[in-house]
Amino acid sequence: MIPELGLAALWLAAALAALQLTGGAAAQRGDAGDLAALVRPAAILQGLLALFAFTMLLWSFVVTDLSVKLVADNSHSMKPLIFKLAGAWGNHEGSMLLWVTVLSLAGGLIALIERRLPERTMQATLAAQGFVALGFYAFLLLSSNPFERLPVPAAEGLGLNPLLQDIGLAFHPPTLYFGYVGLSVAFSFAVGALLTRQVTPEFARVMRPWILGAWVFLTLGITAGSYWAYYELGWGGWWFWDPVENASLMPWLAATALLHSASVLAARDALRSWTIMLGVVAFSMSMVGTFLVRSGILTSVHAFAVDPERGSFILALLALYIGGALLLFALRAGTISEGQRFALLSREGALVFNNVMLSAALGIVLLGTLYPLLAEALDMRVSVGPPYFNPMSAVFVIPMLMVMTVGPLLRWRHDNIDRIRLPLALLVAIAVTVALLVGLLASVGLLPMLGLVLSVPLALAAFLPLKGRRLTRVPLATWGMVIAHFGVAVALFGMANESAFTRERLAAIEIGGTERVEDWQITLEGVDAVAGPNWTALEARLIAQRGQGEPVRISPQARNFWTPPQQTTESALITRWDGQLYAVVGDQTGDGRWQLRLWWKPFVTFIWYGGILVALGGVLAIAGRVLGDLKRRRVAARSMARRSERGRLRGAAQTAGDRA
Amino acid sequence: MSTFKPKHQRLVLVLIALAALIGAVMLAAWSLRTQADYFYLPDELVADPPPPGQAVRLGGMVERGSIETMADGVTIAFVVTDQAAARVPVRYSGILPDLFVEGSGVVAEGSVAADGIFIATNLLAKHDENYVPREMQDMHKAMDGTGPEATTVGLE
Repeated sequence: MIPELGLAALWLAAALAALQLTGGAAAQRGDAGDLAALVRPAAILQGLLALFAFTMLLWSFVVTDLSVKLVADNSHSMKPLIFKLAGAWGNHEGSMLLWVTVLSLAGGLIALIERRLPERTMQATLAAQGFVALGFYAFLLLSSNPFERLPVPAAEGLGLNPLLQDIGLAFHPPTLYFGYVGLSVAFSFAVGALLTRQVTPEFARVMRPWILGAWVFLTLGITAGSYWAYYELGWGGWWFWDPVENASLMPWLAATALLHSASVLAARDALRSWTIMLGVVAFSMSMVGTFLVRSGILTSVHAFAVDPERGSFILALLALYIGGALLLFALRAGTISEGQRFALLSREGALVFNNVMLSAALGIVLLGTLYPLLAEALDMRVSVGPPYFNPMSAVFVIPMLMVMTVGPLLRWRHDNIDRIRLPLALLVAIAVTVALLVGLLASVGLLPMLGLVLSVPLALAAFLPLKGRRLTRVPLATWGMVIAHFGVAVALFGMANESAFTRERLAAIEIGGTERVEDWQITLEGVDAVAGPNWTALEARLIAQRGQGEPVRISPQARNFWTPPQQTTESALITRWDGQLYAVVGDQTGDGRWQLRLWWKPFVTFIWYGGILVALGGVLAIAGRVLGDLKRRRVAARSMARRSERGRLRGAAQTAGDRA
Repeated sequence: MSTFKPKHQRLVLVLIALAALIGAVMLAAWSLRTQADYFYLPDELVADPPPPGQAVRLGGMVERGSIETMADGVTIAFVVTDQAAARVPVRYSGILPDLFVEGSGVVAEGSVAADGIFIATNLLAKHDENYVPREMQDMHKAMDGTGPEATTVGLE
């Protein structure tokens, strides 16, 4: 019964999405009648129904209803509750349902609270939102029904992929989906503004919290995913340019560009069509991301479901939405009048530079990700890895980071280079000092060197916008910018250190033997067989001692899961403020020694701390903008109340006068 | 710095963006031609070896009885072969992927050294039932094709 209720809710929600689309479209043709009035309520109800359907799916997983195919395929009655819940979205159908649920809830939310834009623009926005949702409902209901029943209930579930049975990963996909969906809201706003020719600063302000929200989720998702790959795969790397990693990076690059161009539009009414274009691109990238992940078209550790039919369905949706949006853009872009002008040397100029460089980096990543597919069409089998991605993206990212140091110091409209000469000279001096120090003390590759040299002045420059201001009066959104930029510098510092100074040791040692890596001394005390709820493992007992410090016990494992049978490597980590010791245990050699792989990775944690800081900056910016909006609303409401009061008094005085 | 001529600002912006994007695409195209890792089967690698040091991927079967551990305990030597006669000696230092076994498929990432030995920096083995490196999938299909005959030999 429960799954059938969920399915019914899904069909109803699809019908409401269709209503939302027709109502919004009717409103555009000047027929603002009954249908148009239904758009907002339809969007709200649709969101609630989708949420209901998703709750029903969660419930089926909680009670492990093995008559539902999805539960039988992906869950197991013995699994801990949290992984039963995560199992609901750790598979194709469930994750698509989560996608559309978040999408509909976002649509419902804007229908409920957003009153700043003209009503026709809102209706067009919600129509676009309904259109996107409709495609995904069709996808769910026609080709990947999550509520499908088995003819005969299974005796026991098949379990969740053990690689995915990890708390970090339980929350990783939903985080990215929130990001993707946030960008779809930004896209709907862009379509609405384009259709009704309302590309105004107000539109940018309405769109901005959604971009920021999407961007925060994408940042967190990428950071968490990177950390997961780092400790779970046991390869010691934190970014592999895997297609699925790229699928989350590309929307992030587009969202970062969009965020900055929307700021220009909101503050200065410039970059109108560029912002719309980026809105379309950002959503396209999240569709491409969904396509890459869900179609299983590319080789990837994540591509666990390969299904050509589903792949073609998403490809068709992708073509429909992106093609449609680009066509609309081509038809309407000419009618958007030019915004305010600005000089090359101005805050706008710096932001345009940031946008162009980010877009170019996006192009580089996109081409590198899709190239194996193109080559395969020509019957050539290639893979593209770090030797392509690292230098090519650096070509564009490094100039962007250079401009980022001074960009926030520049004035809007036009500025004079003399005004920022002093901080500029200071930053250059710091950069040169770092370069000399590193160059003298170590031999470092070009890219890590550039990273080190840039990260230090960048970290300092991030705080320069606060100079000469009363810290308590600085708006929250500015704090957001400062912290996010500082986070970029922190992450860059971690990346550069990790790739410049990592020390690795690979050895086979007997029980009681000792191995050294950097200033650590690691002793193998023993190897035991251990068992968990659904796995057995070989666990190495290691004692690690840094210099003369306190010895620490760690125990890396090689795990064997049994439903389904699979093996994973559980690395062991010791975190210090200046880096991490990373240990992996391998096989036993013929003569009874054990393989150990040890790394000392200086400042590697800064990569993820940086990511978290960037996300925190985004959260502060959202808080600042939303609080500002609430304050404006309160002021507006109060002045409205005062005006009506005055009107009433005047009216009363008039009647009194009349009477007299 | 002066502002742009009013009429031209939009045009200049569009041109800058276009130039950067076209530059990015051309750079990417050039770099992809030189930096992409080509995939080789053992017979292709033997017939037409890539220049020493160039990153490539080699896919094939681990020959039975060929895995040999060196004295340091962490370097192994083995032979990657195809269904036919081509054999490529491979050397790898590191922890072996969990399902790396003799007679099973493997994709080795690395390069050919001057002495003709393939130095692998990474090995991809069949990871689990669901994840198989794409190139290996075809190999498994080819093997499955020959499977039934092999198992029914002598039953008739």
